[in-house]
Amino acid sequence: MSRSIDVIVIGGGHNGLSAAAWLAKTGRRVLLLEARPNLGGAAATEEVFPGFHFNTGAPDAGLFHPGLAGELGLHKYGLEFIKNDVAAFAPLADGRGLTLWRDAERSAMEIAAFSADDARAFLPFYQRTQRFAAVLGKMAALQPFALRANSLRVLAGWGRLALSLRGLGGRDMMEFLRVLPMSAAHYLNEHFEAEALKGLLAYPSTIGLMQGPRASGTAFMMLYQQMGQANGAYRSSLLPRGGVGRLSAALAAAAQAHGAELRTNTPVASILCEDGRAVGVRLGDGEEIRAKSVLSSADPRRTFLGLVGGPQLTPRFSRRLRSLKLRGSTASVHLALRGLPDFPAAAGDANRLKGAIVISPSLDYAEQAYDDAKHGRSAERPVLEARIPSLLDPGLAPSGQHTLSILVRYTPYKLAQGDWESEGERLGDLAVNTLAEHAPNLKSLVSNRHIITPLDYERIYGLTEGSEMHGQMGLDQLLLMRPTPGFIGYRSPIEGLYVCGAGGHPGGGLTGLPGWLAARQAAREMR
Amino acid sequence: MPIPSPLHSRTAALCHTHEWRDWSGYLAAGTYQTSHEVEYFAVRNAAGLLDASPLYKYELRGPDAGRLVNRLLTRDVSKCKIGQMLYSPWCDEDGYVIDDGTLGRLGKDHYRLTAADPSLRWLQDVGYGLDVDLRDVSTELAALALQGPNSRAVLQEIFPNLPLNSLRYYWLLQTEFEGSPLTITRTGYTGDLGYELWLPAELAPKLWDRLMETGSRYGLHPLGLAALDMLRIEAGLILIEVDYTSSLHAHIPAQKSTPYEIGLGWAVTEGKADFIGQRALRAHKQPVKQLVGLKVSWPEMEREFSKVGLPPQVAGRSSRIPVPVYAKGRHVGQATSLVFSPILKTYIALATVDSAYAQPGTTLDVEITVEYVRSQAGAQVIKPPFYNPPQKKGVADG
Repeated sequence: MSRSIDVIVIGGGHNGLSAAAWLAKTGRRVLLLEARPNLGGAAATEEVFPGFHFNTGAPDAGLFHPGLAGELGLHKYGLEFIKNDVAAFAPLADGRGLTLWRDAERSAMEIAAFSADDARAFLPFYQRTQRFAAVLGKMAALQPFALRANSLRVLAGWGRLALSLRGLGGRDMMEFLRVLPMSAAHYLNEHFEAEALKGLLAYPSTIGLMQGPRASGTAFMMLYQQMGQANGAYRSSLLPRGGVGRLSAALAAAAQAHGAELRTNTPVASILCEDGRAVGVRLGDGEEIRAKSVLSSADPRRTFLGLVGGPQLTPRFSRRLRSLKLRGSTASVHLALRGLPDFPAAAGDANRLKGAIVISPSLDYAEQAYDDAKHGRSAERPVLEARIPSLLDPGLAPSGQHTLSILVRYTPYKLAQGDWESEGERLGDLAVNTLAEHAPNLKSLVSNRHIITPLDYERIYGLTEGSEMHGQMGLDQLLLMRPTPGFIGYRSPIEGLYVCGAGGHPGGGLTGLPGWLAARQAAREMR
Repeated sequence: MPIPSPLHSRTAALCHTHEWRDWSGYLAAGTYQTSHEVEYFAVRNAAGLLDASPLYKYELRGPDAGRLVNRLLTRDVSKCKIGQMLYSPWCDEDGYVIDDGTLGRLGKDHYRLTAADPSLRWLQDVGYGLDVDLRDVSTELAALALQGPNSRAVLQEIFPNLPLNSLRYYWLLQTEFEGSPLTITRTGYTGDLGYELWLPAELAPKLWDRLMETGSRYGLHPLGLAALDMLRIEAGLILIEVDYTSSLHAHIPAQKSTPYEIGLGWAVTEGKADFIGQRALRAHKQPVKQLVGLKVSWPEMEREFSKVGLPPQVAGRSSRIPVPVYAKGRHVGQATSLVFSPILKTYIALATVDSAYAQPGTTLDVEITVEYVRSQAGAQVIKPPFYNPPQKKGVADG
């Protein structure tokens, strides 16, 4: 290297790119290393079949923090979000369909067909969850505080959060604190009676954690998924034009514009430590690159046990990492379609298919799917989220054709019987068959199929145990408890090494926050 | 409830006092005979035999076994030759002592570690990612401690072909007993010439019998924990949870100790490869407190007791009840193990005092109780051990 490097960022997912772009913008010399040939990690749009571009990881970018997008000026680098009125559409077994719109009043009218009481209850429910999600959103964007010795700036942020919590008013504040550790099922049962509505609303509550909607803490995830732009009491959802990968591309362009070097096809073999301090990395080909700080957007277990190595870690930290619950539980099935599938429940209105098409018809259905998964089986009746992004963005598929991606939830990384080498195709059939119950012509439209199992997410995308959240978002692994309690603030027992991926505060989802906050932390401590 | 050790059939038959103690969950004899002093003097003048099976024992084998123990212990294990032993503490990541024990190198990639506390979990954590087969052999391996000036002669008569005369202090020999492996280490907890014998539990009673039978001609007595405690205080050997608190069990930070604070600074090898606590220990090399020996002034004891018309009252056994230590009326530490040494005819103690008062020769005051009333007696700081006979480390001629 002709010039010395300030920061090495490991991994070119959206968090790694966010960290690299922000650090480069502050004048640091940044080198980002990505093992795969393309950037984006689990925020990628890949041309899997010629002309067909799929969001192979996250299906949208609705949680991306607007403050970071603004600070990096991502719109200058081609980031544009497509307007979409639909939040979610649930085709049901009885032929009916339930659509949730961004406009909550419009949703209430749909809900009235299922329950007049629920329709009345929906608007106040929506308003309250918006208020709660807003507080949570503020918390997520705060620099984590330390147990000891906090800067005034960090404390002031948490002080302001306390004020906004107080600003909810006495009743709401107590309700907020009551709801956070609740189960989504319990919370929804308090408000609604229609199973179709509860099943649909519960779907986002188990994203990123291997739990059914009856598990404690799932109400939290329901709110977490709404931290971004308001979406009618459903998870925040925004699709960048050109696919989710455009977000990563814009981040990459911003990073390069500020002088960061981004190297793909460059796997890191280990993080070099000298006397308890990270001093650089060794690449897969043996080359050593030194830097003042190392930020790793790989998950904490891979970062510390894999790249740093057990013998460099303190015994207690190593034990914590080994007991980290990763537990990936999502597979995806990507279909190239000759035409748009017909969902009779949508009654010919293709607009309804522009959001998430969710198969989660009741709380019991979702819980039973989880029951299968917890015993190491793929759910017999899986919970699905399908997206047809080409409806919103025709450029993703050849003219008149479509891309359809299905996220298959409750797909355990660890199978009790068989392995993912052989079970993948069967999972693909199950997903397509389940969706085809609601779209009879679906199978006849499929021209190609690509399956990504939890094992593929581990092997190809580097997500240990296929955990897209770098550690499941259960009550014991939330926010400041990430990556492990006692090592708050992206720091580690290795000086100069920071976790800047979803394993850090606030957690998974395309927020960009772990990358941004870790970068700021590292910048302050850089020598 | 404590359970019988592998030697219980033998120790129970000899334990006339029925005084049993709980040693790591095993029944251990406190004293065998009506007076523990017989056992004490047997070790100081002839030989004693202790059932040390309750010790925790771990076997480490594999290409990274040496790396693991070197990462664990504060001493440089890379200098430990095959057949050599070393004594060392080990620390947590903050440099505070967790435990102390002996390590023996049985082969190139084969070590055996003893510990006072259960340590498997800590060893597993330290060894994570290393290629080591780590086994807890506490129950399958029995330990007999043969201690005292006659111990070599007893052992030599049973194993006439073993080169015991040339076995140096903190070295080991590997041999066989009844077709099973027997390790003989020149180690002990009495500060005298002595050996510890390690063998499969089922063979231990047989070896005990041989030792007792042969030893009867050399003045050998079974040794209980009451006498052992006196012997180890004279030898200046510390005891966990008595003279220091394991950092894993400390309730408050002040209860923790670095090796420098418990007299084991010599066992911290600077400049060795990375070990747990190394960085923290560099920072607190200047200990705020230190472990010292105290010799309590007998004339002052007499003076204090004479005020109530009594001669000095000291228990014949060791005391583990800590008592405050003062310098000119100011509290500067505590004596944690106290005993009237029969061989030295001196009231001695192991104590932890502020570093400013740890210089040998410093005069301090130890709290004593005279007819229920607290009083003080002067004591002189010395560097342990109190008793250190030449045969402890010496090699026999011929």
